[in-house]
Amino acid sequence: MSATPPATVEVQNVSVVYPSAENTVTALDRVSLDIREGEFISLIGPSGCGKTTLLRVIADLEQVSSGTVRVNGLSSRDARLARAYGYVFQAPALFPWRTVLANVRLPLEIHGLSPEKSRAIAMEQLERVGLTGFEGKYPWQLSGGMQQRVSIARALGFEPKLLMMDEPFGALDEITRDRLNEQLLRLWEREKRTVVFVTHSIPEAVFLSSRIVVMSPRPGRIVDVIESGLPADRTLDVRDTPEFTAIAHRVRVALQEGHA
Amino acid sequence: MSATLTMSGARIERSALSSAWFRIGPVLTVLAVVLLVWYGAAIWLNAAQVIERVLSDRPGWTFTELARLTLSMDRPVLPAPHQIALDLYDSVFGWPLDSPRNLLYHAAVTSSATLLGFVMGTALGAVLAVAIVHSRTLERSLFPWVIASQTIPVLAIAPIVIVILGSMGMTGTFPKAIISMYLCFFPVAVAMVKGLRSPGILELELLHTYAASKSHTFWKLRVPASLPFLFPSLRVAIAAGLVGAIVGELPTGAQAGLGARLLTGSYYGNTVQIWSALVMSALLGLFLTGCVALAERWLTPGGKR
Repeated sequence: MSATPPATVEVQNVSVVYPSAENTVTALDRVSLDIREGEFISLIGPSGCGKTTLLRVIADLEQVSSGTVRVNGLSSRDARLARAYGYVFQAPALFPWRTVLANVRLPLEIHGLSPEKSRAIAMEQLERVGLTGFEGKYPWQLSGGMQQRVSIARALGFEPKLLMMDEPFGALDEITRDRLNEQLLRLWEREKRTVVFVTHSIPEAVFLSSRIVVMSPRPGRIVDVIESGLPADRTLDVRDTPEFTAIAHRVRVALQEGHA
Repeated sequence: MSATLTMSGARIERSALSSAWFRIGPVLTVLAVVLLVWYGAAIWLNAAQVIERVLSDRPGWTFTELARLTLSMDRPVLPAPHQIALDLYDSVFGWPLDSPRNLLYHAAVTSSATLLGFVMGTALGAVLAVAIVHSRTLERSLFPWVIASQTIPVLAIAPIVIVILGSMGMTGTFPKAIISMYLCFFPVAVAMVKGLRSPGILELELLHTYAASKSHTFWKLRVPASLPFLFPSLRVAIAAGLVGAIVGELPTGAQAGLGARLLTGSYYGNTVQIWSALVMSALLGLFLTGCVALAERWLTPGGKR
């Protein structure tokens, strides 16, 4: 293989501490992680392990207590101001007074694109997530899975090189979740964006990721980083193969060790 | 074939009829009960006068006579609904629109003051809310005054405003609109503060990830999020503003307006006139709040939420 691609995200010795009079909570304890361009990284662990905090630190939604975070070589704040990433929250967070199309156009409007251009881009993004024909609907007229697809289309609209997703499918039923997982994988395979994905589901992490970062709580830290050698064009059937089971097993073992 | 067609046609007609009844039935039932109680009360309250003035000369009077006389008095204690309805009808259709005998003329005078006050009050309330939401200092210094202002009875402040503005040469619609504004701005300010603060952490963080400016956050998130709070308060405000305008018409000696009609009615003991002015102001209130509700439908997209 050629030389290692440049790091999109560098996290060095990052700690996040919430001081309080009674008991100080260490959400992240000296965590270091490099994410290379084009990787699909999953952060997995039990609740309270700091996986969401790590994602939020990278996105400049949370301040570090110590350590450094660099995104595309910039500080996380400058990277945010340079609109370096798209962020998908746990909940769709669609504005109820905007149609599906207008919701997808929101970041484009804020970034100052002309109405014609933002409309064209939004329509294209909606097509990619399979929601053509729904652009005139309001969020409450859509199912939970469709709403989350709108929020993904919204995050992808301004073509961020980095996509961060915080348990985006956590609230959905398994069937919808499987389908969206497959669509997300196809999207990643096609466009080779860097994805950082937070989940607490082992099959989801193994199915989607090129690297799985296993974390453990109290204090939040990384216990293992597992490379996945599954083929890029995998489908949901891969979950029945021994390779898949072996990786899932390693993740489970790491999780248990972290917990002990 | 044609038999089934007519049958299904009849069924559709019946279901349309029953759904219409479902919609207006309850209202009509309440109306019927109110009218019944009203007529009963009219007979009861007016009986003493009728007996003293008329029936005392005629021994052996019957209840039918009593009812007939109590429901057709010139200056009853409580006029009967049909007397008020007749007076309203005469006033509205019996006189030209610009005649001071026409209640619609007075309604127009009062509603122009109400609308002007409503617009000023809404603007004032919105400006106050924006200031309060954006500055802790302003919140602490302004909010207590906003609330204190509403504990002063409007009846006390209305003559003061009229006299002061009158001495500055302002008469007519504007002083009344000021009183109307005084009642309007409060519900708007309170609701807008709540509405502008209604966006959650999630929505704010979403805009944060877009590196949105303060003005983007304000116009694209806070303002649209506040509209569902604003419109119910506007309905309260316009009704309160109508009361303010009517109260503002009382101390001027009032040449025109529904308040003036109420006042002259009570000077001359013309109870029917008082009541028809009351009914007219109620109808005007319904009309104005209806207009606000219509504006709400137009201006808040997204249908039900």
